[in-house]
Amino acid sequence: MTELTQLTLSEARDGLRKGDFSAVELTQAHIKSMETNRDLNVFITEVPGLAIERAKEADHNRSHGKAGALEGLPLGIKDLFCTEGILTTAASHILDGFTPPYESTVTANLKAAGAITLGKTNLDEFAMGSSNESSYYGAAHNPWKRKGDPRYLVPGGSSGGSAAAVAAHTCLGAIGTDTGGSIRQPASFCGVVGMKPTYGRCSRWGVVAFSSSLDQAGPMTRTVRDSAILLAVMAGHDAKDSTSADMPVPDFEAALSGDIKGLRIGLPCEYRPDGLNSDIAALWDKGVGWLKDAGAEVVDISLPHTKYALPTYYIVAPAEASANLARYDGVRFGLRIEGESLDDMYAKTRAAGFGAEVKRRILIGTYALSAGYYDAYYLKAQKVRQLIHQDFVSAFENVDAILTPTTPSSAFPIGENSDDPISMYLNDVFTVPASLAGIPGISIPAGLSSDGLPLGLQLLSKRWDEETLFRVAGVLEEAAGFSGLSIGGEG
Amino acid sequence: MSLDDATVRKIAHLARISVAEKDIAPLAKELSGIMDWIEQLQEVDTSAVEPMTGGADMMLNWRKDAVTDGGHTDKVLANAPESHEGFFGVPKVIE
Repeated sequence: MTELTQLTLSEARDGLRKGDFSAVELTQAHIKSMETNRDLNVFITEVPGLAIERAKEADHNRSHGKAGALEGLPLGIKDLFCTEGILTTAASHILDGFTPPYESTVTANLKAAGAITLGKTNLDEFAMGSSNESSYYGAAHNPWKRKGDPRYLVPGGSSGGSAAAVAAHTCLGAIGTDTGGSIRQPASFCGVVGMKPTYGRCSRWGVVAFSSSLDQAGPMTRTVRDSAILLAVMAGHDAKDSTSADMPVPDFEAALSGDIKGLRIGLPCEYRPDGLNSDIAALWDKGVGWLKDAGAEVVDISLPHTKYALPTYYIVAPAEASANLARYDGVRFGLRIEGESLDDMYAKTRAAGFGAEVKRRILIGTYALSAGYYDAYYLKAQKVRQLIHQDFVSAFENVDAILTPTTPSSAFPIGENSDDPISMYLNDVFTVPASLAGIPGISIPAGLSSDGLPLGLQLLSKRWDEETLFRVAGVLEEAAGFSGLSIGGEG
Repeated sequence: MSLDDATVRKIAHLARISVAEKDIAPLAKELSGIMDWIEQLQEVDTSAVEPMTGGADMMLNWRKDAVTDGGHTDKVLANAPESHEGFFGVPKVIE
């Protein structure tokens, strides 16, 4: 029998349907992989006992003709999703011991479809970061290493644990969240497929809130087909999230026709700054060639406000975060540090419970929203955000999708970018604009850097057009022929 | 536009995060670095632009203003560091 952890999610689904193996066998194989990959620190909490129990139920359901779309498939869940009865930390000290009495809508959808939770994956604290180094539970490690260099590299962030878990075959797929690139950037660093749907496609209910006008859940998988399968289950209207879209969820897997003849693909000149990493520029050119060979028409476009996306993001996201994170006060859940008064307790609890990057963002956000600065910063950023959005609206009058690199570099060693916050923020230069515009984006592993690390290409489409995105992504994936890490092996 | 020490003390108080006096000056420098970088937004002419106030381009659904859930006091208090007789426990706030 094929090594079960080597299967893609869709292969495992089909194998379970045919009865080639049981959900218990499939789950046991992944639990073993989770154990042998513990050096990567990708899981904050493992729940092998629960997983086996669920796998037995899945086999029972299948034998009684009641199998859901994901029946018996083991997944990793970013530890930002509230999971009933399972510790949920957001990788923060301030949520010490928090066991949600409810289930997030996205994970409830996965559960209802029969998926199995293996554990909660590591992330940057409150999803604020691009390297997974700000986790209170320690940095997660990328399973890939540079040729001839034994140092551990970051998996990217914030969904670094999910990306690394999928790349290392500890689960068939994982879910992440993307606020400014937190699915796509780690997917690129770890050589997996990372998809951020249109804002509003997935319910945010029960997802620990960071920046509510940007946060969006999405799948992280080893193939585009797997991504389409997971998103179809995750997505859908939810009355408990007023911004979740009340519209039908298409059959994303059916969109993978392999036919992109006549589609128009835009190449934004602003994504090729002077000094763009030569491996990345070359890979982008290759991607253009692949799409042309498949019959797409490639056109140059301009997204003139691109350079303002990062500074806009670093007002909007911290401002929203400063409001969302006001709830961590030592009263209702998590850490409490006693003080001389209620106010003193709040301030001591928050000082001890939040890490440096989270504090930085809360303070920036508080400043941007404070009396006398609101118009100069927050309102200004909201207006520039409108211009960035309009750039995309105009571009999509002329093209069906946009192709760009996902990241300006490949994965870097742990500790390399931690001295200067702005150099860390620059990791998301190609992913943040789409987040601000609320449009969907997907990162496809497309090649290796000269030192042997995965590099991703990003596709963007207009709102609610994930089908076009998956269709083009499938063609790009096929042409790139990227082979991920083999079992427990080196890159 | 830079943040001076007094501004950092003020926003740290507004955010209810205690910051040791020795950390104020380095924090002011770090936050000023970020705000100086953000300052480039002022170059953009936004005089005729409506602010984008959310991530979605849609009308929000209306629903009845009605109680749909509740009565879970035990669950609500289960994660509290301190609770008494169905309430959250906090330090005394009235002298």
